[in-house]
Amino acid sequence: MHNKTIAEISRDLAAGTYSSEEITKDLLTRVSKLDKDINSFITVTEEQALSQAKAADANRAAGNASAWTGVPMAHKDIFCTNGVLTTCGSKMLSNFEAPYDATVVTKFNDAGAVSLGKLNMDEFAMGSSNENSFYGPVANPWDKDRVPGGSSGGSAAAVAAGFVPGATATDTGGSIRQPAALCGVTGLKPTYGRISRYGMIAYASSLDQAGTITHTAEDAAMMMNVMAGFDAKDSTSVDRDVPDYTATLDNSIEGMTIGLPTEYFRDDLSADMQQQVRNAIAEYEKMGAKVKEISLPNTHLAIPAYYVIAPSECSANLSRMDGVRFGHRCEDPKDIEDLYCRSRGEGFGEEVKRRIMVGSYALSAGFYDAYYKKAQQVRRLIKNDFVTAFNDVDIIMGPVTPTPAFKRGEKTSDPVEMYLEDIFTIALNLAGLPGMSVPCGAVNNLPVGLQLIGNFFDEARLLNAGHKFQQATDWHLKTPTGI
Amino acid sequence: MEWEVVIGLEIHAQLATKSKIFSGSSTAYGAEANTQANAVDLGLPGVLPVFNEEALRMAVKFGLAIDAEIGMKSVFDRKNYFYPDSPKGYQTTQLHHPIVGMGHIDIELENGESRRINVTRAHLEEDAGKSVHEGFDGMSGIDLNRAGTPLVEIVSEPEMRTAKEAAAYFKKMHSIVTYLGICDGDLSQGSMRCDCNVSLRPKGQEEFGTRTEIKNVNSFRNVERAINTEIQRQMDILEDGGSITQETRLYDADKDETRSMRSKEVENDYRYFPCPDLLPIIIDQEYVDAIKATLPELPDAKKARFQSEHGLSLMDAAVLSSDRQLADYFEAAANISGDYKIAANWVMGDVSAALNRLEISISELPVTAEQLGRLLSLIKDNTLNNGGAKEVFNALLDGKGTDGAEGVDALVDSLGLKQVSDTGAIEEIVAQVLADNPKLVEGYLATPEEKRGKAMGPFIGLTRKAAKGVNPQVVMDVLKQKLSEL
Amino acid sequence: MALDQDQVRKIASLARLQIDDNQISEYQTNLSNILHLVDQLAAVNTDGVEPMAHPLDAVQRLRADVVTEENQREHFQKIAPATAEGHYLVPRVVE
Repeated sequence: MHNKTIAEISRDLAAGTYSSEEITKDLLTRVSKLDKDINSFITVTEEQALSQAKAADANRAAGNASAWTGVPMAHKDIFCTNGVLTTCGSKMLSNFEAPYDATVVTKFNDAGAVSLGKLNMDEFAMGSSNENSFYGPVANPWDKDRVPGGSSGGSAAAVAAGFVPGATATDTGGSIRQPAALCGVTGLKPTYGRISRYGMIAYASSLDQAGTITHTAEDAAMMMNVMAGFDAKDSTSVDRDVPDYTATLDNSIEGMTIGLPTEYFRDDLSADMQQQVRNAIAEYEKMGAKVKEISLPNTHLAIPAYYVIAPSECSANLSRMDGVRFGHRCEDPKDIEDLYCRSRGEGFGEEVKRRIMVGSYALSAGFYDAYYKKAQQVRRLIKNDFVTAFNDVDIIMGPVTPTPAFKRGEKTSDPVEMYLEDIFTIALNLAGLPGMSVPCGAVNNLPVGLQLIGNFFDEARLLNAGHKFQQATDWHLKTPTGI
Repeated sequence: MEWEVVIGLEIHAQLATKSKIFSGSSTAYGAEANTQANAVDLGLPGVLPVFNEEALRMAVKFGLAIDAEIGMKSVFDRKNYFYPDSPKGYQTTQLHHPIVGMGHIDIELENGESRRINVTRAHLEEDAGKSVHEGFDGMSGIDLNRAGTPLVEIVSEPEMRTAKEAAAYFKKMHSIVTYLGICDGDLSQGSMRCDCNVSLRPKGQEEFGTRTEIKNVNSFRNVERAINTEIQRQMDILEDGGSITQETRLYDADKDETRSMRSKEVENDYRYFPCPDLLPIIIDQEYVDAIKATLPELPDAKKARFQSEHGLSLMDAAVLSSDRQLADYFEAAANISGDYKIAANWVMGDVSAALNRLEISISELPVTAEQLGRLLSLIKDNTLNNGGAKEVFNALLDGKGTDGAEGVDALVDSLGLKQVSDTGAIEEIVAQVLADNPKLVEGYLATPEEKRGKAMGPFIGLTRKAAKGVNPQVVMDVLKQKLSEL
Repeated sequence: MALDQDQVRKIASLARLQIDDNQISEYQTNLSNILHLVDQLAAVNTDGVEPMAHPLDAVQRLRADVVTEENQREHFQKIAPATAEGHYLVPRVVE
């Protein structure tokens, strides 16, 4: 049962092939047997999952079932879940039972989904390898010595390992697309503002975006149908109609113009990787798409701009973690300053502390213009690159990562080297555009992802293009060899 | 050396919204600790702010009232600092793009002149919670009910030169925000608080001296006292050849001294940047014009109108227009009676005395404007004399009588205060008084002509004693007549 | 830009982060490397470019002034490190 997609489970439940309780139990058993080697879950909410599953079965029996009734999934541990531990991968929140549900969580609960628990992640979503979690690193199901990517490494690994057919995730600089690529699953980061951020613990508010990790584009569309939409509790949420994302999956892509950015196919992309991505593009050409070379000239500035903006925002966002109202508090603080410094010093890991310090420095008196303001100006230049490009093309494609999954520990000594991992993904967050990673090949038996970049609110087109590719190829059906 | 004092004020006024600036929690004062602090106010992980439209409307209203530029695009910034009453570790405020830009108000000086003080800006921000230091066994208790209450911070230009001017400015701002109904103005509950920036410079010097900031002064009187104390402290230091340290100070009203706030000595670097959880606030002229149309008559306009329309003196008009409710009360009573001078005297006299004695506000006064108006009408048509009117007024204060103008009439009747103005009846009483007091009459007649006016006094007293509520003027006339006939 | 150790200490203190002395030099190196990475921005010509704070250049939406919240003190304080009589407790702060 564990390799079924959301769409298949939804159909099976409707057909009565098995009950929600049966598949929930089956997956919980799989998690308890196999996750000790993967470490994708921080918290398994077995009891709650079973009661949700029973309720779903009862609802179905009563004739009240929709597409999601009884379908199992899990949440990245960045989404607040009422009464359930919500750690954000941090010691700081290792005792934080959120007193409310995130809007995304409420939506899945209301849709009748069954949540198996909370998924591992880089601490406060800062990282590209899931080695920054207080709960330990996550292993890549394709090769347990390798990283699953990050920060949504638990979500990607859990789907790849067949623990859940779909998981929520978040993407601030590539945190959905990069782990999806490294784990051979499908990851969608929608347009900024498409999904509510309420109850999603903030890393960098103007970049953070919730999204999905699934096996297929079709499943991503099904998750989007639940998650997307306006939320009055989030000022940055966009009040705009939500289409039925499953309705346009099969549209023809004949005549679609694909832009290939010159800057994404240079030396920093190995020949092997290039080949896989080029093969995928060729597949699209076979389906009648046209290809056009484009330029995104400010691509090389995305990482520097990001590492001013994201740390600056996070330095303020994480100030509320002060040991006063919730979370970790140090033993016997001698005064209020001691309480702050030690609680935060003990509660945060190295990478989080580094980013808070970079942000505090960039915003400090005398440096604001040189760093923050400058980065915001560059951010506009980067966005303008895309706006110009989308005048000529319908969709942009390229690699997700420069290499397949790397070995654990390989990039931990130098933070900057780790940052470069996000070179192809980070610009979209700065621009606010939607992006998707679709399995498109393998290098040394490790999955490779194809990145699809859409115009603002063009998620339906990405899902359509992803689905058509998955109808023509079987990369998304490959199962990990390491588990 | 002769010194010039330079004073600028930053006034924090809590906006009278029902809910908080970024959450749906109540702003009501006096609730049990942390019962009005929701997830947003507590700064829990994952929560987000959404801006209260009423706070915006009130801030724009204020800007229009002080003739200021309105920020058609204003932006919220985060001001970063750690303090336990600041739950997010930053305060959401407006630095570069405030909702209200340069404006001005006029203050009245004691010599009757007025002076224009420019207002640099006014911006929207959230209030902090409160720390309680007593009763927690050496710890501090944090109450976040107040956290997130909307504030406008009103920043003046450093244009005041005396503590009196500063107090007058604070009073005038108080008057304006309460007129507008955007702040309840309750100083004892901290609805308005004032930070005073004070510096001295040698007279004639252009450059400002080093300033200190006295935090959170919360009464008109203390603004004046605190500034005077601080001026004296700085002058003593400067006269001794010392220099002033730029710092934040607290005013201790009991000791009448300011002292340095050590906790704020650590150099702050607030690392302001635009709040990424909130978007720019964009308003248009139509929005501003609609608010403009709702502006009430403001204190200065009312003062001028009381002088021109009702013939009040500048002083009376200034006193009566300083508080909107008082002004409304006065005008309602005066309109009923048709006599603005008597009404002014009563409101500034007996009414104000009663408010002070009972320590209540005009809205809590048991005597309604309608009742006072009726009372004044009865004085005017000679139904009541002044003494009788006071008796009725005091009875109403004591809660006697029924509601409305009828209540006044009923009291006049039941207390037997209706003035007798019927000459025939008074003639009878006077005749009786004269007949009963031959000795007094004798004494009167022995009094030289020029002193007889005064000698008439005892007869007036006796007549009024014999019949309560006689019209004194008629008594006087009849007495004069009768005595002259003797 | 390279930071010296005093700057690292100052930033840590500004951000209320206790950093052990034996870690200062590691932070110094890593933070300096990160700042070196972002220093590339300095060379970009951004004359006349409006800073971009939000991806969508959208406008703030307004909330009606209505009290929607009920008292949930007990629920919220269950997860607090220390409370008494409805207050959050911290070491004494005195002004």
